[in-house]
This record gives sequence, structure tokens and C-alpha cells, in this order.
Amino acid sequence: MKKTLNVLSAGVLICSVALASSLTAETPTRGGTLIATLNSNVRNLNSAVQSGTVTGFPGAQLFASPLRYDENWTPQPYLAESWNVSEDGLTVTLNLVKNATFHDGHPITSSDVAFSVKVIQENHPFKSMFAPVASVGTPDEHTAVLNLSQPHPALMLAMSGQLMSIIPEHIYGDGQNPKTHPRNNKDVIGSGPFKLVEFKNGEHVIVERYDDFFLEGRPYLDRIVMRIITDPSARAIALENGEVHMSGFESQARIINRLKKVDHLTTTSEGYGAIGPLDWLAMNTTKGPTADVRVRQAIAYAVDKNFILKAIMQGTAIEASTGIHPDSPFYTSDVETYPLDLDKANALLDEAGFSKDGDGTRFGLTIDFGWPALKPHSEYVKAALRKVGIDVTVRASADFPTWAKRMGDMDFDLSWDTVFNWGDPVIGVHRTYLSSNIAKGVWSNTQGYANARVDGILAAAGRENDPAKRKALYAEFQQIIANELPLYVTNALPYHTVYSNKIGNPPLGIWATSSPLDRTYLKQ
Amino acid sequence: MNFLQSFITRVFYAATLLLAVLVLNFSLIHLAPGDVADTIAQSMGGADATVMAEIRADYGLDQPYIIQLGSYIGKVMQMDLGYSFFYNESVTDLILQRLPATLLLVVLAQILALFIGVLLGVISAQNPNGLISHFVTFLALFGYAAPVFWTGILLLIGFSLNIHWFPVAGMREVTVSGGFWVHFVDVVRHLVLPMLTLSSIFIALYSRQSRTAMIHELESDYVRTAIAKGLSQRAVVYRHALKNSLSPVITLAGLQFSAVISGAVLVETVFSWPGLGTLAFQSIIARDTPTILGILFFSTLVVVVGNLLTDLALRLVNPRIKGTV
Repeated sequence: MKKTLNVLSAGVLICSVALASSLTAETPTRGGTLIATLNSNVRNLNSAVQSGTVTGFPGAQLFASPLRYDENWTPQPYLAESWNVSEDGLTVTLNLVKNATFHDGHPITSSDVAFSVKVIQENHPFKSMFAPVASVGTPDEHTAVLNLSQPHPALMLAMSGQLMSIIPEHIYGDGQNPKTHPRNNKDVIGSGPFKLVEFKNGEHVIVERYDDFFLEGRPYLDRIVMRIITDPSARAIALENGEVHMSGFESQARIINRLKKVDHLTTTSEGYGAIGPLDWLAMNTTKGPTADVRVRQAIAYAVDKNFILKAIMQGTAIEASTGIHPDSPFYTSDVETYPLDLDKANALLDEAGFSKDGDGTRFGLTIDFGWPALKPHSEYVKAALRKVGIDVTVRASADFPTWAKRMGDMDFDLSWDTVFNWGDPVIGVHRTYLSSNIAKGVWSNTQGYANARVDGILAAAGRENDPAKRKALYAEFQQIIANELPLYVTNALPYHTVYSNKIGNPPLGIWATSSPLDRTYLKQ
Repeated sequence: MNFLQSFITRVFYAATLLLAVLVLNFSLIHLAPGDVADTIAQSMGGADATVMAEIRADYGLDQPYIIQLGSYIGKVMQMDLGYSFFYNESVTDLILQRLPATLLLVVLAQILALFIGVLLGVISAQNPNGLISHFVTFLALFGYAAPVFWTGILLLIGFSLNIHWFPVAGMREVTVSGGFWVHFVDVVRHLVLPMLTLSSIFIALYSRQSRTAMIHELESDYVRTAIAKGLSQRAVVYRHALKNSLSPVITLAGLQFSAVISGAVLVETVFSWPGLGTLAFQSIIARDTPTILGILFFSTLVVVVGNLLTDLALRLVNPRIKGTV
């Protein structure tokens, strides 16, 4: 009897300790100031007209979106407490939270949602996000009905993160150009968990808790200070000596590996699935030797991904093979991957009719790179292609507009670039492969790739609401482009979030730090 | 020519210089391929032809070159430096926000460099082949040869990471609250490393110049006379020879003023010092024409005024220069 009692009481003790520790582990503490960094100077804070990850971080604190996504790509309610997609996929109804207000106390209503959609459609560079939204109906104050011209599954992701910030109509609807509106930088009134305290250009953005935020008890943090520190080494030192608690979008391999060894910090690549950044070698399919698919495949066989992953990215990046990021639900690895094979490369080049001359050279190509971080990649390609008789000249561009003009005018043979998926393939992937997007501008289909079958698949996938069918369509798409290689994708850009172990609930969802930090707290 | 006439002539030259700077740089920026619509697209990670065309129309970039130049010069004449394309703020506001930080850094770095440089030069001049003299020469070479951003990062690793004496970045700690003195100390703490870094190049120059000038002075007749009369070495050096040896150093300091400003760009970037240097660099990269021209306008003004002050200081130190400014 005594033994049973002892065992029982021991059991109760263990259970209560476990319960207590799990409770304390889960109860966030309220209060404190989180100090984070911004990697470059902020242009403006209005994420409805300004895309990019630099505005995304403060933008997601100042403005709320109808939905939010967790780590599993499942939409969660945010400003929309529930939503409904009609059978035919042409009507999406959002039921807004009833007690949400802007930072000046005005209620957030469906007409603000309709207004925000219009502003984004007219001013945001990602046109494919809301192109199929023909109109937004507002039957009552808290119901918004998006009427689509065709089914548009990408809309779900487009209604989250920084892609659909709900901005106040009573401020931005005064007739001034939203892109240059004076309230984009000063006295910003938003719909999000934090309100603007101060934005000093080049120094910092400070936001503090909005007390009447519609989610009870949230946000937990009193303040977030986003310090603008453009030098990556300075950011690393600031993280190491504790001056800064968190930094997102770190991508320099040496710094990532160094910070991984620091005890009081966690360095993780989790959370960039919707950003979906990829490094790829773009090849001009309209002119020169690269117009021949065999030449492109030969180049892929000659460029060793493993070298890039191990020597250049120093183990911080994961391999990628298609235009869709490996963390996306639509990614498939069942495609041609071009492991290093110089014999195959040489054979393909011979077959394409480019024989070697006296000193072993077949032809010459130029290579550009859009970001300084891609210079080692370019120099590696030069060395690698020498082995199969291609003489590569590395062209450094003085700055971004010079490179952008070259790409836009299709004045290139090979070019390294880093491009984001932005969540749904419709938003960030289609633009590279659709023949209708061969335009004079960077980040369109500058490779001149035109495949009617791919156009058809992408159009169908953009309209397909059934996830399984959609996945199959994108699988076929990825197989085709891996065979035709308008670009040779080598790796995902290794974005990492570095945060102090004092932080609870760090932003590791699919939008990384471009998501609201209302659930984040500082452990005492 | 009397003082007033020469002063007016100088003002006239300054105005012409300013106009030339603006026209020349406007044309240079215009000649480079691409424009601010491209850099805005870069900041957004996406580009759309219609949006970019709208941006260009918003900023008048679709107008012919002469019209753009004319309208800009016209605005400047009315003391309106325009709006930044990239940062959505008035250029004057942007510059005035950042100017104090840069002035603080640049002026204090110059003063520190002059003070230490002259001191080191004077000490080493008294024993030209001694250990200190060689040490000063070594320091000069090192400070001058080392790239300023490298020196900056070294100092950061040494005194911010390994020994946590100074903060890593920025001009202030925003979470600090208190009265004037609390903030004063906070800024000083942030200022030490950038100031040291920026002055490191110029300590080199000024110490060498001061050493040479002082050696020259110590060899002259009046010094020999003073020593013969019984004055101590100390009095001779610091009360008599020093003033005379200062003119070449001050001239050099005046000439280096523009170099200090450009050195400030790199130092400000390493230390995230929110000054005009980083703004200049970022707006050049961003092709933000109004901001670039506004900063060049200001810098030209500063250099012109700096030269004027240098000449005045020279007159104070060396009364043999008189008459014209």
C-alpha cells in the first residue's frame, strides 16, 4: 500500500512538474523592447505600394492582412476571421473581424479592403497577384466579396504577409498619388499590431504596441526597434555582443557559419519558404550559341552544383533544380539535375555543331551577374566552361541599373541572378517562363523562352483550385523546364534568421521576418 | 585689391563653381544607363513595365534632358532642392537630418588628427633620428596605407566585440532615456571608434608634415638666437617655433577637407553612422538625382567655406600674409 502510494505520489509529482513547466514554457511574458535590424535603408513604410523584404519587416508590423500563414502553408485567420471560396472558384468572401481599428481609432471596414485591393492593383509591381480580381463588393461593413474573372488559387497566399496590407481609405484615398504619398513615411496610420513611433531615414524604424489591436492580449512586445545596419559584418558583431536581438535575411556564408557557433544565438534557415529565393544562371535562348538547347544542357553538365554548394556557399545553401523553391508545396525533385559530366557536355557541344578549334576553343560567351554576391559564381563558371572549350568573359556591371538594362534589352549570353518565388508560383515564377512576358524589362522573361505547352500548363495551373491537380501540373512544368533549361537553377539563396535565445516565438513562418510579431515575446 | 573686393570676387567664383558642379553632375548621371525606376524595381524585387513608366512620368524622367536640367536649375535658384525620388522626402530635410552627424564626425576627426598629428610631429622633430621619430614614421605609413574600412572593422572587432567598450553601430542607443548628459555621453561613446578610424589617415599626414616643418624651424636663425639667449628648449619649441611650423600643416588640413568628407563615406558605412556620407553613397547607387545633386551642392559649399576659413586661419597664424583673402 505504501509502495503504491509512493509510486502514485511520485507520478503526480512528475505530472505536475511537467504540466507546470509546459505551462511556463508556453506562457509568453508581456513587455520589453526587441531590437532587430534592417539590412538596407527603407524607402517607405507603405507595403501596399512598396514590395521588397526591407519594407516587408516594418510593413507587416504596421499593417495587417486578411490572412496569415503558419509554417505548414496552412492559411490562418487574421483580419478575416473566416472566409469562403465558392464552388466555381470565382467568388471569395472575406468575413472581417468586427472590432478591428486603425491606429487612429477608425474602424477597419470592407471598403478599406476594397480600397487596398485597388491601390495594390494600380501601384504594386506584382501585377499577377490581383489581376483576376475584377471587382470587390462590400455588401456590409464587415464583408468583402472578391469577384474573380477566373479561378485564382494564388489569391490565398496573395492575401497574406506583406502582399496585401490593408491601408486606411480615409488617409490614402485623398487623391494624392499613393506611390509618393506624404503619409508613406510620416505619421503612418496602419491596421497592424504595432504603430509607428519614429522613422529616421538611415537610422531606425521604431514601432510600439497598438493597445487596441483586435487580438486580445497581443502583441506581447512593448516596442520593436529596427536598426538600419547595412554592413553585414557590423550586424554580425552586434548580434554576437548582444546589442541586437534578431536579424533576418542574412545570406553571407562566412557570417552564417560564424554565428552558428555562438552559444546565445540560434541561426536557422527555417521560414523562407514563401520568400522562395533562388540563384540561377539565366541563358539567352534567342541568340548566340545558347539558343541551342544542347548547348544549354552542356553548360549545365559542365557546371558542378556541388562545387557551388560546398566551396562557394560553404554548406549553408540547399540544392535547387527547378524554378520553384524546394520549400514550396509544388516543388518536385523528380527532374533532370545535370550532375557534373564533362564527357556528356563535350558530346552535346559536338552534336550541336560547335567543334573545337586549334587551341581547344569552341566559342566565346559573356557572363553577367546582378548582385555582387554572385561574382564568385561567375568566376567559377568561367573556369568550369574552359574545360569544355567555352571561353567565358566575366562582365562586371557598374551598378544595378547597368545590369538591369542589359537584361532588359536581352543583351547578354549568360547571367547569374537571384529571384524570389513570392509564395505562389503565379506571383513570382510564371513571370520568368511565360512567352507573353517577353518584355523590355528586368525580371520578365528576359531569356526569350517561348514554349506553347508551358504557357498552357501555367495558365491551367493558375486557374486550378484542386491542390492535387495543381501539383501535377507544376510537376510537369518543372520537368519540361529542367529539360529545356532557359535557366539553370543551382541553389536556394541561404537566407537565415539569427535570433537571441531570449526570444520566444521567433518569426519562423513561411514569410520569415516579413510577418507580424504579435506572438513574439522576450523571455525574462 | 582690398579685402571687400577680393571677398566679392571669391563669392562670385564660388557661385560659378556651384553652377558648374550641378550642371556637370546632372549630365553625368543622365548619361549613365538606367535610372531611378530601375533601382526602385530593384528594391521591390519585381518590375512591371506600366508601374515603371508611371514612376518615370511621376518624376519627369520622360522629359528631354534640357527640360529636366532647366527645371532643376530653376528650382535651385529659388532655394528649392526638390524631393528625393527614392526616399520620398524633401532633399533639404534629408540633408539637414544627416548633416549634423557628418559634421560632428568630420570636424572632430580633423581636430583630433591635427592635435595628435602636430603633437607627434613636434615630439619627433626634436630628436629626428630617435626611436619616437621612427615610431611616428611607422605609424604614418600604417595609417595612410591601411584602407579606412579595414581599420574600422579591426577597431570594431577589438573594442566592440572582444572588449565590449564601445557600441557597434549607429550614433545613439534609442533605448537610452535621460537628460542631456545621458544622451551626450551616449553619442560620445558611439563617436569614439568612427572618429579614431577617420582620423587615422590624417594623423599620418599631419604628423609627417608637422615633423618636417618643425625640423625646418628648429634649424633657423631665430631659434639659435633664442637658445643662445638662455630660453629653455620647451619654451623655444612651444612658444615660438610651433606657430611658425603650423602654416604648412594648416594648409594641408584645408586641402584635405574634401578627402575627409569622402573618407567619411566609408567610415559611416562601416559604423552605420547616419551621416551625409552614407546618404551620398546610397543615393548614387539608387540614381536618386535630386539627392545626389543636393549633397554635391552642400559639399561644394562646405569646401568653399572651408577654404575660406583655412585662408583666414593662415592669416591669423602667419601675419606676414596680409591684404587679400
